[in-house]
Amino acid sequence: MKRIVVGAHYGLKDWIAQRVTAVVMAVFTIVMIAAIAGGATSSAEAWRGFMSHGAIRIATFLFAISLFYHAWIGIRDIWMDYVKPAGLRLALHVLTALALIAYTGWTLQILWRL
Amino acid sequence: MMPTENRTVQFKIYRYDPDRDAKPYMQDISVELDVTDRKLLDAMVRLKVKDDSLSFRRSCREGVCGSDAMNINGKNGLACLTDMSTFPVGKPIVLRPLPGLPVIRDLVVDMTQFFKQYHSIKPYLVNNDPLPEKERLQSPEDREELNGLYECILCACCTTACPSFWWNPDKFVGPAGLLAAYRFIADTRDQATTERLDNLEDPYRLFRCHSIMNCVDVCPKNLNPTKAIGKIKEMMLQRAI
Ligand code: SF4
Ligand code: SF4
Ligand code: FES
Repeated sequence: MKRIVVGAHYGLKDWIAQRVTAVVMAVFTIVMIAAIAGGATSSAEAWRGFMSHGAIRIATFLFAISLFYHAWIGIRDIWMDYVKPAGLRLALHVLTALALIAYTGWTLQILWRL
Repeated sequence: MMPTENRTVQFKIYRYDPDRDAKPYMQDISVELDVTDRKLLDAMVRLKVKDDSLSFRRSCREGVCGSDAMNINGKNGLACLTDMSTFPVGKPIVLRPLPGLPVIRDLVVDMTQFFKQYHSIKPYLVNNDPLPEKERLQSPEDREELNGLYECILCACCTTACPSFWWNPDKFVGPAGLLAAYRFIADTRDQATTERLDNLEDPYRLFRCHSIMNCVDVCPKNLNPTKAIGKIKEMMLQRAI
């Protein structure tokens, strides 16, 4: 017998996170556009100086985290819609999560090497 | 524009009789219409006279029963509310069954899954207070909130136009069911708000809706399921923070 099981009692948190991360990314994008318009990329030195500024570093990191979390929800939604076998889906979830966590570490490395 | 004389209209209709056909096919058929044949359903009734093997549901012929929902030139709608004058002249009118539901025969689909989802939200008032002598009263403002919700005729145009329902018809309630859910969540006489919200707090049942808004686009009663879904999410947010 095949039973339909629902009622995981989550979803709201992700829905809010999706919106909050979208706002963070939008704000960061605007800041970046303003900075580029203001000449932050006029030379490699200026660009490096700008990106290694403490506040910008933190902001970039927040942006990256938001992007990865946003991607997590979006990609997991795709697996949930199209991949029906539970084992395969779990594997894809795990791979996605691991990749995104790895990206986070990589981002840290890049930002604090500047 | 209203035609003033009889005219012939071409149709391309999805036909499938599982007892006789190995697979579905599109039938080309034309029919001569009377000047009084204003709606698509009128034309279809004439088609049925010409080829009585054609199956489709209809009853009220005025947008009340919700039984003649189908896919008309690629868009879900009610045949009885679709004006023949809205079709481009010279092009065949393409009729298919509602997408995403199993076809029983021709334009008749199996609505079991749709109604299962509808019933899963308990589409009735829950109130454990003793029955009042006459009726449970509401202020006009509270009643106002139910406008745009109670008018749903359960035709399934919206739900079968929703990609989230196509992928998860067994788990996602769908726009019609969620509109009905909000109709009772919004009803001040109902006492099961918490249970109703609990029932929907699930990544599939409610949160499969990604605000694609296909549902709003097709509703023949001009209702807005997306807005109702947004209000449910808002209420969940309110109780969570
Ligand atoms: S708004 Fe939601 S319910 Fe409506 S069609 Fe889109 S996904 Fe489906
Ligand atoms: S909301 Fe509109 S399209 Fe959906 S079932 Fe109700 S009347 Fe039909
Ligand atoms: S026949 Fe009843 S809604 Fe069209």
